[in-house]
Amino acid sequence: MVLTRLIAKRLFGALVTLWFVTVLIFLAVECLPGDAAEALLGKDATPVAVENLRAELHLNDPPVERYVGWLGRVAVGDLGKSLTTNRPIAPMLATRLSNTLFLAATAAAIAVPLAIILGLVSALYRGTRLDRVISVLSLASISFPEFFVGYILLVVFALNLGWFPVLSGINPDMGLGEQLHRIVLPALTLVCLVLAYMMRMTRAAVINVLSNPYIEMAELKGCSRREIIVRHAFVNAVGPVANVVALSLAYLVVGVVVVEVVFTYPGLGQWMVDSVSKQDILVVQICGLIFGATYIGLNLTADIVAVLFNPKLRHPR
Amino acid sequence: MTRFTRLRGFPLSTWLPLGVLVVITLAVAVGPAFLPYRAEEIVGDLWEPMSWAHPLGTDQLGRDMLARVLEGGRTSLSLAAVIAGLAFLFGSGAGLTAAFLGGWVDTALSRAVDLLMAFPPLIFALLTIAVLGNSIPVLVTVLTLFEALRIFRLTRSLAMEIAVQEFVAVARLRGEGIGWILFREILPNGMVPLMAELAIRFVFGLLFLSSLSFLGLGVPPPAPDWGGMVRDNAPAVSFGLSAPLVPAAMIAIVAVCVNLVADSLLHTRGRSRSAEG
Repeated sequence: MVLTRLIAKRLFGALVTLWFVTVLIFLAVECLPGDAAEALLGKDATPVAVENLRAELHLNDPPVERYVGWLGRVAVGDLGKSLTTNRPIAPMLATRLSNTLFLAATAAAIAVPLAIILGLVSALYRGTRLDRVISVLSLASISFPEFFVGYILLVVFALNLGWFPVLSGINPDMGLGEQLHRIVLPALTLVCLVLAYMMRMTRAAVINVLSNPYIEMAELKGCSRREIIVRHAFVNAVGPVANVVALSLAYLVVGVVVVEVVFTYPGLGQWMVDSVSKQDILVVQICGLIFGATYIGLNLTADIVAVLFNPKLRHPR
Repeated sequence: MTRFTRLRGFPLSTWLPLGVLVVITLAVAVGPAFLPYRAEEIVGDLWEPMSWAHPLGTDQLGRDMLARVLEGGRTSLSLAAVIAGLAFLFGSGAGLTAAFLGGWVDTALSRAVDLLMAFPPLIFALLTIAVLGNSIPVLVTVLTLFEALRIFRLTRSLAMEIAVQEFVAVARLRGEGIGWILFREILPNGMVPLMAELAIRFVFGLLFLSSLSFLGLGVPPPAPDWGGMVRDNAPAVSFGLSAPLVPAAMIAIVAVCVNLVADSLLHTRGRSRSAEG
C-alpha cells in the first residue's frame, strides 16, 4: 500500500537521521583536542586520575567498539557518572527531564489551542485590524531574542505587579497549583515565542483552503457560513494545521533552553548549558541526544501528519 | 532607472527602519570617539539610573552603559555580518554548483544538507562548544555552517527555477560559457530574494550569537557584546532595575529593522514584476 510505504520511508529517514545524530554526539568526545581524558581533567591532573577517567570513558577500547558500547549503555539507561559532581546521571536526568516536559507541556497546552482559534478567527475576518495586530506580533516574535521577552515579562509581572515569583524553581514537595503558579512566566515566554508563528501559519492554511473552488461551490449551493467552515474548510485544514503545530513544538523544545536559563528553572536545558561550561561531556551528550531525538521525532510527526491528511503527497511526481 | 530613484519609491515602512539601521551603524562605528568615557572605564556607581551624564545609566561595574552598548554593538554586528557574508559565499556557491551540475553532486549535497538541518542548531552549537570551547573561530564556523544550509537550499531552488527560463536557453544557444550563464544570467535574476535571505540570515546570526553569549557560551570576554551584556546585567532584574533590557532592546531593534527591510525587498519585487508583466 502506498500510504504504509510512504510512512515507512519517512520513518526510515528519521531513523537514519537519529543514527547520524548519535554518531555526531559520540564523535564529540573523539574530537576533544589531544587525549580526551587529559583534555577534560586539565594539565595538572595526576596520571592515576587520567587513567581512571580513561577507563570510565572506555577510552582504551577501539572507537567502533566504544560507539556500540556507548549506544548500548544509553539504551538500557546506564549513563555513568557526572564528571563534575561524580553522582550518577540517570536519576538527575529523570528529574530534569520531567521538569522540562512539565514546562513545555504547559506552554503547549496554552499556545496550541490559542493559536488555532486566533488563526481561524483571523482567517475568517482577514483584512481587518486583527490581521495587522497579528503581523506586528509575528514580526516581534521572529525578531525578539528569547531573553528579551523573558525579562520584559519578569520586570512587568514579577517585579512591578508582583503577581508571580521571580524565581521559577520547582520541587516535588510543592503541590501542582504552586508549581503551576511558579512556571507561569517561563511558560508565557515560550507561548509568546511560538504563538505568532503558529497563528500565522494556521491562518495561511485556512485561507488557502477557503480559496478552493469547492468552497465557492458550497457557497453557491447555499450552505451557511458555519456549515462551510465546519464541514468543508476545517477537515481540509486539519492536516496543514497539525503539521504547523508539530513544527512549532519542535521549535519550542529547543527554545526551552534559553528560557530555562532566564528563569533559572531546573530543567534539562539549563543543565545542559551548565554542563557545557563545565565540560561535563557525558551530561552534554545525553542532553544533546534527548533534545535531538525529540526534535527529530516532532519533525517526523509533522511529516507523517502532512502525508496522512493530504492525499496529493501520496503520489509524488 | 538609476538605483537611487528606485530607492525613492520605497514607502515609509522601508525608509524608517533603514534610517534607524544607518544611525545605529554610524553610532557604533564612530560614536565611541565622541563619548567622554571609554567602554572599560569605571565612571560611577553600579546600575545608576539614566541621567544627562549617562544617558543609558551605568552597568554592573559602574561603567557607562551607552559606551558599552556602542562597543558591544561593534562586536555583535560585525560578527553577525561576517557570519552572514561567509554563509552567503559558501551557501550560494554550493547551491549554484548543485543546481548546475545536478546528478550525484546535487544528490550528495542535498542529502548532507537535509541531514544537518534535521539537527537543532542550538544543540549542535552547545555540543561543539562543550568540546572545542567558545573561541570566536569556533563560533563563526558553527554559525556559518548552519546559515549556509538555508542559503544553499534557497539558491539551489532559485537556480533551478531560473535555469529553465527562455533567456538562459538563449544564452546557451549563443554559446556562452558556464561562468557567463551562472553570473550574468542566473545570479542577477535571483539577486532580490537572495539579498532578502542574506538580511534574514544576518538577523538569525545576531540572535543566535546573542543567545549563546547570554548563556555564557558565546563571544568570550573581555570584548563586550550585546548578548553577554544582558547576561552580565541580569542580576539587576531582581532589584527591579531594567539594565539588561538596554542591550536586549538593541538586539530587538536591529532585528526588527532588518526584518522590515527584507520584507519590503521581497514585496517590491512582487510589485515591479506585476508592473512589468
